[in-house]
Amino acid sequence: MTQGAGSQDAPGFAAYGQSFPPPVVEWDMDRIEGEGIEQLKWSAQEAFPDPEIDVPEDLQNNIAVTSVDALLNWGRRNAVWPVAFGLACCVFEMIASAMSRFDISRFGMEAMRASPRQADLLIVSGTLTWKMAPAVRRIYDQMSEPKWVIAMGVCATSGGPYYQGYSVVPGVNHIVPVDVYVPGCPPRPDALIYGIMQLHDKIRKYSVSHAPAGGTR
Amino acid sequence: MTTAVTGNELADTVQRRFPEAVEEASEGALRVAPDAIADVCRFLREDALQDFDLLSSLTAVDYVEYFEIVYHLTSIARNASVVLKARVYGREAPALPSVVGVWQGADLQEREAFDLMGVTFTGHPNLKRMLTWEGFQGYPLRRDYLEPPLPYTWPQGG
Amino acid sequence: MTTHSEPTIVNIGPHHPSTHGVFRMRLTMDGENILDVEPVIGYLHRGSEKLAEERNYTQVITLTDRMDYVASMTNNQAYVLSCEALAGVTPTERGMYLRVIGAELQRIVSHLVATGFFLQDLGAFATPLMYSMRERERILDLFEMLCGARITVSYMRIGGVFQDAPAEFWPALRRILDDFPAYIDELEGLITDNEIVTYRTKGVGAISGADAINGSLTGPVLRASGVSWDVRVAAPYDVYDRVTFDVPVGDTGDNYDRYLMRIREIRESLKIVEQCVAQIQPGPVRATNAMLFRPPPGESYVPIEAPKGELGFYLVSDGTIAPYRMHVRAPSLINLTLMKQMLVGWKLADAIVSFGSLDVNMGEVDR
Repeated sequence: MTQGAGSQDAPGFAAYGQSFPPPVVEWDMDRIEGEGIEQLKWSAQEAFPDPEIDVPEDLQNNIAVTSVDALLNWGRRNAVWPVAFGLACCVFEMIASAMSRFDISRFGMEAMRASPRQADLLIVSGTLTWKMAPAVRRIYDQMSEPKWVIAMGVCATSGGPYYQGYSVVPGVNHIVPVDVYVPGCPPRPDALIYGIMQLHDKIRKYSVSHAPAGGTR
Repeated sequence: MTTAVTGNELADTVQRRFPEAVEEASEGALRVAPDAIADVCRFLREDALQDFDLLSSLTAVDYVEYFEIVYHLTSIARNASVVLKARVYGREAPALPSVVGVWQGADLQEREAFDLMGVTFTGHPNLKRMLTWEGFQGYPLRRDYLEPPLPYTWPQGG
Repeated sequence: MTTHSEPTIVNIGPHHPSTHGVFRMRLTMDGENILDVEPVIGYLHRGSEKLAEERNYTQVITLTDRMDYVASMTNNQAYVLSCEALAGVTPTERGMYLRVIGAELQRIVSHLVATGFFLQDLGAFATPLMYSMRERERILDLFEMLCGARITVSYMRIGGVFQDAPAEFWPALRRILDDFPAYIDELEGLITDNEIVTYRTKGVGAISGADAINGSLTGPVLRASGVSWDVRVAAPYDVYDRVTFDVPVGDTGDNYDRYLMRIREIRESLKIVEQCVAQIQPGPVRATNAMLFRPPPGESYVPIEAPKGELGFYLVSDGTIAPYRMHVRAPSLINLTLMKQMLVGWKLADAIVSFGSLDVNMGEVDR
């Protein structure tokens, strides 16, 4: 077996200086990102309205809209794959809910996808800062429909203990539309699982013929 | 137990080497002139009798007329600690020499003091904003920092 | 035909499954080799130091929990010790013993998390993490008995702790102390002599002792580089002068040594908790003090040995009920100083592992 990734005879920096100088990370990159952050901050002052599920009048008493929808929704809610996305303290309760004691694998959710393109659910766990907000928006945009968002913890719901902060987004619903809010600081894994079960109920009412549950903004 | 070297004990030694440097020596700390801070720190680290080789903490405090930069130094071999301070007057462009050349550990801490307080450390290789983003207006930890008024709206009836 | 390659800038983070929180690295790479590293932080900067200026001293304890969110007890301990030094408050005996028990259990939790995630970074995707989390849950149950919360505990108060341990705490703690050594043996047996772990981590990311001291590194990272400096031994606080324990020291300061330090420290923490359980006496858990803590004007800095390194709160008081300035000497932030030295010259796969071996917590880096 060859030596693993850690090569014992690492050449070091100097060997590469011969044929070309290494590029310098320019200040411009930081400045452009900073401008993007400021732009997002000024444009995201209003929160998104919470997404409504549109169920036709004559079917209000039924859970699913059509039999096709019932089948699709059954498939969707029994394997909602979350994006492995954690910001702060709540992420440890999310990880604990994925571990052997509070097992979300019984819902089919232990497959935390690294790529948002393969995921259905974005669990925003932890405090969102304005610096991180463009990244969250980009991850949300990369997810394909149907997609849902759970705001886990009070920091994601409303800014939490940090809502007065100069760099904290007062609630992740300023950046992405949220389906379920799970309060707590941090919410126990049981509380998160309850929130996930509420989301499953919401998914039951989703219909392919109406507006997507997450809104179109 | 770590011996806390008082400012008074250290004042004589520093005074002999750097005659103009010591501004005030007290029980808790030794205050030196900001221009001499880098030299005093280098002396404290390299002198065999002082040997303060670990920079425990570097921070800035905003007392409205001046900024005070506080250095907590520790000597691992002697198990001793001392507090150094430097006062910089004026709010427009407070500046003093950087001690990155003495302890590399000052690197990120000085960047943080620059980012949050606006104190410039001359001679720092990479003094740019670290915790807030490039383009952030103002220095948040200053006592007179006011956030630009933002219309954060709470839901109706909230 | 000669091949030509140009260095490219690869961005890792801030959202990446292996970055222990929102951390971003801009790597300048030539193929798989790293030429330059620029860490970018601040994605979790919540302004705790500014918020502390408008809360009273006891309310700030809840802010301190959430800085290093994996090890809340030690954050509380550092802050509370600093407050007590401001006003000259002496905590009660039982309070001090409970603090040390809480802090050492928290150290075990933090090191278990560090080890689990270290192995996840190496590629063992979730299985070792499951093992360490399983045991961590047992200790979190103990915390829940003590104060009602698993992670962000807010258990300590100025003068001691906030409530006494309930009756069911001691038998549960006894069971854990009896079971844990066997569990750590099992974990160590899976990891320490593992061929893949040793090939991938021995010699990688080595930092010499002199460089480590110059870079203000502290904690297991410093001890792995051969420097025997532990604040619990050098400047004992609470009851650390009444318990005996060893301080593990490594020799090369590579990733493997850093991992080994943490496993050995878990064993030492178990010893400390055993001794505290034997020595603790009944009594009040909190020194009586005023409802609103109002220290005289002054300042204080009391460093402690947190699981990540030397943690200290520099508090400046102006005689009111809120601190004038609170600065956190965050070990995770300062341990990032020598990242360039650790990563340049190695491969991309080593970047994540070396960063993981530093055991950095972004809540503390950004505060």
